[in-house]
Amino acid sequence: MRAYRGRALLLALPLKTVVQRFAFVLLVGAALAIMILSRAEPRLVESLRGAVSDSTAPILEFFSHPTASFATLIEDFDAVMDVHEINTQLEKRNAVLLKWQATAERMVHENEELRRLLKVVPDPKAQFITARVISDSGGPFVRTVLINAGESDKVRKGQAVIASEGLIGRIVSAGQHSARILLLTDLNSRVPVVVESSRERAILTGDNTGRPRLEFLAVNARVGIGDRIVTSGQGGLFPPGLDVGVVSVVDEERVLVRPYVNWDRLELVSVLDYTLPGSLPETKRAGRIGVLQ
Amino acid sequence: MERTELQLRSLTPFVFTLLMVLVSAIPWHIPNFVPITPLFSVMAIYYWSIYRPDKLPYVATFALGLLHDLLTGTPLGLSALVYLLLQSILSSQRTFFHGKPFLVVWWGFSLVMPVFVLVSWVIASLYYNTFLPPLPFVIQAVLTMLLYPLFALLLIMMHRHMMRGT
Repeated sequence: MRAYRGRALLLALPLKTVVQRFAFVLLVGAALAIMILSRAEPRLVESLRGAVSDSTAPILEFFSHPTASFATLIEDFDAVMDVHEINTQLEKRNAVLLKWQATAERMVHENEELRRLLKVVPDPKAQFITARVISDSGGPFVRTVLINAGESDKVRKGQAVIASEGLIGRIVSAGQHSARILLLTDLNSRVPVVVESSRERAILTGDNTGRPRLEFLAVNARVGIGDRIVTSGQGGLFPPGLDVGVVSVVDEERVLVRPYVNWDRLELVSVLDYTLPGSLPETKRAGRIGVLQ
Repeated sequence: MERTELQLRSLTPFVFTLLMVLVSAIPWHIPNFVPITPLFSVMAIYYWSIYRPDKLPYVATFALGLLHDLLTGTPLGLSALVYLLLQSILSSQRTFFHGKPFLVVWWGFSLVMPVFVLVSWVIASLYYNTFLPPLPFVIQAVLTMLLYPLFALLLIMMHRHMMRGT
């Protein structure tokens, strides 16, 4: 009896390791297959991501409140320490801004008058909804954030997302109650932009660093450090004229842009619902011939 | 009653690692922190793979890796793959660490970390078909190594709690 039990143990142990080995090989294969599939069929993965972020959104949202208030606490403390200096700075700036306000008001009236005279087609007004950032991880791989609004709030793939300082990116996937934003700085981000002063067109290309590049600039384009970059509205995805950033580096090979947005303080963001009259929904555009609906 | 409690306790490694996955996904609002967020889940996987691999089977690690990828927007399958590789390396070396002082275990972790991020970097670069900026990966590895002792303390406490009554 004892001998039998001993033999059974001897048999059982390798069997366990064999099963484990088998499970390991199977799971590694599955992981590789999933990676290849997600590269080949991004749509499939998007819906899965949507479903998972929907179900975890309440948990992440719960955690995001205390970290946000902790961050605010630290900032408040900093602000109190510098309150005198900030006050003098603000008074100076206020004086300057008051002059600009008067100028701007005059310009608005003049602009309206001229538009009426020239019978300019008005730009469609963009609707927006505001949502909270509930996850901003991604590690060193990607620059994306998750927000707590999704298709049930009319958030759709492709929409532009802005913070108070300017454009932050666009929606790449939307679940029912959550959506993922691809930030301007991400490797896969491409935004049609224009240099505000010289009207030179370019594509703002992210590369996972904090300073996206301006690509496809004309060879003799006039771009200088400090030039403002705004969206051009080409492609009809983003409204024209959204603040993006300022040119920070210009040299032989590259032009880098410093976005206006403070990436560390993304808490509340606005998703713009902007559709040009007459533009087709994504599934019916050219280049989607494979999709029959 | 007692039996269910024991069963719940034996879930500790999985639940703790799950929490670490969630922790690495929430917004911390610390300047420039996002690209270098420490690999909390890797610390947990390292610890449990050495001391209680039976409570964190390959299937669990795989599932946690997938969840991490889905939540953070990392290429889907990447974390699952590197977590599994990490665990299989440790399963052959784990007995070496048994009964060794903490410094040795930490030293082991600091050997594993560079390999872990290097493999992640190579796979991610292949996936995107471009060279990802390597600096955040280096900082992430160093930060995770430095934070390990703090987490090990927490993990050891968890482990003791789990063992109580068994």
